[in-house]
Amino acid sequence: MRREVPLLIVFLFGLFMIVQYFIPHAKFAFWYQEFNNWTIIIGIFTMIVGIGSLLSVHYSKIRFRQEGWGYSLVTIVALFGMAIVGLLGGTEGDLFLKLYRFGLSPVTATMFSLLAFFIASAAYRAFRARNVISTLLLAAAVVVMLGRVPIGEILGGWLPRWLQLPNIADFLLNVPNVAAKRAIYIGVGLGVAAVSLKIILGIERTWLGGDGGKR
Amino acid sequence: MSNDTNRNFWEKLLMIDRRWIYLTIGIVVFVPLLFRIGMPVYVTTEVQNVYDYIDALPEGAVVMIPCEYDPATMAELRPMAYALFRHCFSKNLKILSTSLQIEGVTLVKDDLAMIAAEYGKEYGKDYVFLGYKPYPSVVILNMGENFRKPFPKDYYGNNLDSLPMMKGVINYSSCACIVNINATSGADYWINYANGRYKAPLALGVTAVMATDYYTFLASGQIFGLIGGLKGASEYEKLINHTGPAARAMDVQSIAHTVIVIFIVIGNVAYFASKRKMRNF
Amino acid sequence: MDRVKFLIPTFILFIIAISCVPAAAADIVADSAIAILPPNVSDVIVSDKPNDPGGTLVVEWILPDSAALAAMPIKGVNIYLSGNHDGPFELITSLPKSALHYECSDLQDGESYYFKVTATANGLESDGITSAAGIPSGQWFNTERLPILIVVILFSITAITFIIKARGGYDFYVRPIAGIKAVDEAIGRATEMGRPILYVPGLGSAADVATIAAFTILARVAKKVVEYNTRVIVPNYDPVVMAICQEVVKEAYASAGKPELYDPKDVYFITQDQFPYTAAVNGVMLREKPATNFYMGMFYAESLVLAETGFVSGSIQIAGTDQLVQIPFFVSVCDFVLMGEELYAASAYLSREPQQLGTLKAQDLGKVTVVILIIIGVILSTIGMSGFANWFNVG
Repeated sequence: MRREVPLLIVFLFGLFMIVQYFIPHAKFAFWYQEFNNWTIIIGIFTMIVGIGSLLSVHYSKIRFRQEGWGYSLVTIVALFGMAIVGLLGGTEGDLFLKLYRFGLSPVTATMFSLLAFFIASAAYRAFRARNVISTLLLAAAVVVMLGRVPIGEILGGWLPRWLQLPNIADFLLNVPNVAAKRAIYIGVGLGVAAVSLKIILGIERTWLGGDGGKR
Repeated sequence: MSNDTNRNFWEKLLMIDRRWIYLTIGIVVFVPLLFRIGMPVYVTTEVQNVYDYIDALPEGAVVMIPCEYDPATMAELRPMAYALFRHCFSKNLKILSTSLQIEGVTLVKDDLAMIAAEYGKEYGKDYVFLGYKPYPSVVILNMGENFRKPFPKDYYGNNLDSLPMMKGVINYSSCACIVNINATSGADYWINYANGRYKAPLALGVTAVMATDYYTFLASGQIFGLIGGLKGASEYEKLINHTGPAARAMDVQSIAHTVIVIFIVIGNVAYFASKRKMRNF
Repeated sequence: MDRVKFLIPTFILFIIAISCVPAAAADIVADSAIAILPPNVSDVIVSDKPNDPGGTLVVEWILPDSAALAAMPIKGVNIYLSGNHDGPFELITSLPKSALHYECSDLQDGESYYFKVTATANGLESDGITSAAGIPSGQWFNTERLPILIVVILFSITAITFIIKARGGYDFYVRPIAGIKAVDEAIGRATEMGRPILYVPGLGSAADVATIAAFTILARVAKKVVEYNTRVIVPNYDPVVMAICQEVVKEAYASAGKPELYDPKDVYFITQDQFPYTAAVNGVMLREKPATNFYMGMFYAESLVLAETGFVSGSIQIAGTDQLVQIPFFVSVCDFVLMGEELYAASAYLSREPQQLGTLKAQDLGKVTVVILIIIGVILSTIGMSGFANWFNVG
């Protein structure tokens, strides 16, 4: 029953979701809306599970003074501190906004800004003209990188319009890029349909955990 | 002896400590911020389409500009949000906005209020901010029926029906168009539901990396325009004749891209040189 | 004297006549002003909105002809609603002149509604045209989606056919996927080096297909990890994903008869924020120095940050994602990459179950079918017969 009940639930709800896509009537629309609301509620409850796991991991690090326990202390203080400040003063409260604007916001922006450095080092290391395909990738990358910034217009300004970097970059983005992306989207779309069908029919069961009850 | 030196040089270049690369990028990004070069920006068709569509709207039309960016992506998307807000307010269009990404709600709210104040616009009459609700796919679907379904009240707790601007504004069909500024995969929901199901005219403003994905939707007509990254934002700033942060950042981006290309060239030269040395050796 | 007597009344009459003329003229002018109203729209038609849940009527009208508009251009239209043909009507919306239709929702199914459409200009309003009755109702089948239903049925039949065939013993060929073949070697490497394995299931939710594929590969990795007595660390972005990953890993240990070796603190939740999660995983990589990093699932801008940090810490890296934009970043940094569908095919490839292989084959046949349909559509559209392509244009 431990496996059969979840499989039955998935089958029934999955079937309903397929059927309701084709039936626009208000009665079906109501239940579709209702089930979506249930998903939201369940999702919020699972956050409690997640926070429990987070606290468990970091508390044991602090308790046994494992390596890096100071960071665990910071994590827990930040978690509860932000929650208490938000609950007491509201999300428009002065302290909450200060913590957001001068704490969370710069730190998050800094993490994203690391990409600029990592892209440079990855490009230096990985973009090698080892064979025809990697040379094509390299050439396309250079053309698009320069063609999509003002300097590309300046560098090739003396060339005929159709040979200028911005035009070639536009062509690459609008023609081969679109063609390749469409092909991949079709494949991915079929893949998603196939996996969804497998889940609804109970063929794909790894989401159940364990070995999925393989026979 | 000289062969050993040359080989060592190329190999050293291939094995260069990545911190030199980081330092170079750091300098190359920082210095142009201090000294403005003012590189010319050319406008692409996809950005022009967004501008033309909004520019042709009559006074008083409602433009929906949902913004899903957070502190991480605000450097790329905030300039295009500013440019769009400025364009709409300068044409006396009304703006309806939401932020379906929790980390960015405060940012978007503040940005909209700041630009509105520049043009003397009044909240509730000229612009409305609905705020945040979780599960963007569900919210986007519900807004297609009625904005009041997911948002009976706006971000500030006002009943939507009490706001003068929201009179007669029921769902997407009450809006002239939607220009979604998005740094998440939620852009797909706007395409599938807002445009696909409810046939709302839709344009997207996304990060430069994401933009390559959405050219397919531009080609198929599912979106009428696409503003990609900081470059797209600078093009829009040029169109509205307002030099903003994106225009200034174009100098930085141009030089940084050039330096990366130089790194790639150096890396390849070193690679082939060391390969040749190995073969000769 | 008689003349004066005659002149005075005449003069008085004349004064009276002159004073009436402006009034008469004003009346004439006023009458003319009342008479010059904006021209009415025409052909106001109300119909039930097709393929909807109900409660919505669509009002359509035609603008006045160009001659009438030249005489008095209209600025907009007002839409009025009533339950009776003769009113009273209530103004429900005002639209610009460019609008030629309006959808009125939140109506009662089965009830009759009447719309009056008037034209407005310069503060004046035309008399308006009242429509016939419209009765909203919901539909039980969305006819626009018929092509999708046909495709779904055909695809399902194909999948079931191939599954039955596979169960009957037919051996379907699946091409080798380098990334999956490398999984066992990578785990062996970690065991030799005495370092743990890091498995990152991505930033998707448990409902995402890529995350489900990640569970399948995790099950395989967990099984091998138990066999080789290595440690696997699984930091999670989503609590539901964490719960499933815990079950997968726990079951692997239990199946191998070593449930006591399972440590739930190795499969834990970090945060549901993108870059804080990335920072935490980077910290794990730099502190624990895993020998092998697996990135399986949905990744976004953090993909390069993770992969570069993994490269710096000297790990072998195997990635798999269906996020097209991130694949180039993984390809440039990682040792092996499962791209898009290869990730979805992983469960079929690893399990070799007939049901899994059958659906994989159905997918392949689906792709061939799509290619054939595209070719037919291109040829027909080129010769001017776009009906075939339009049939697939589904709302």
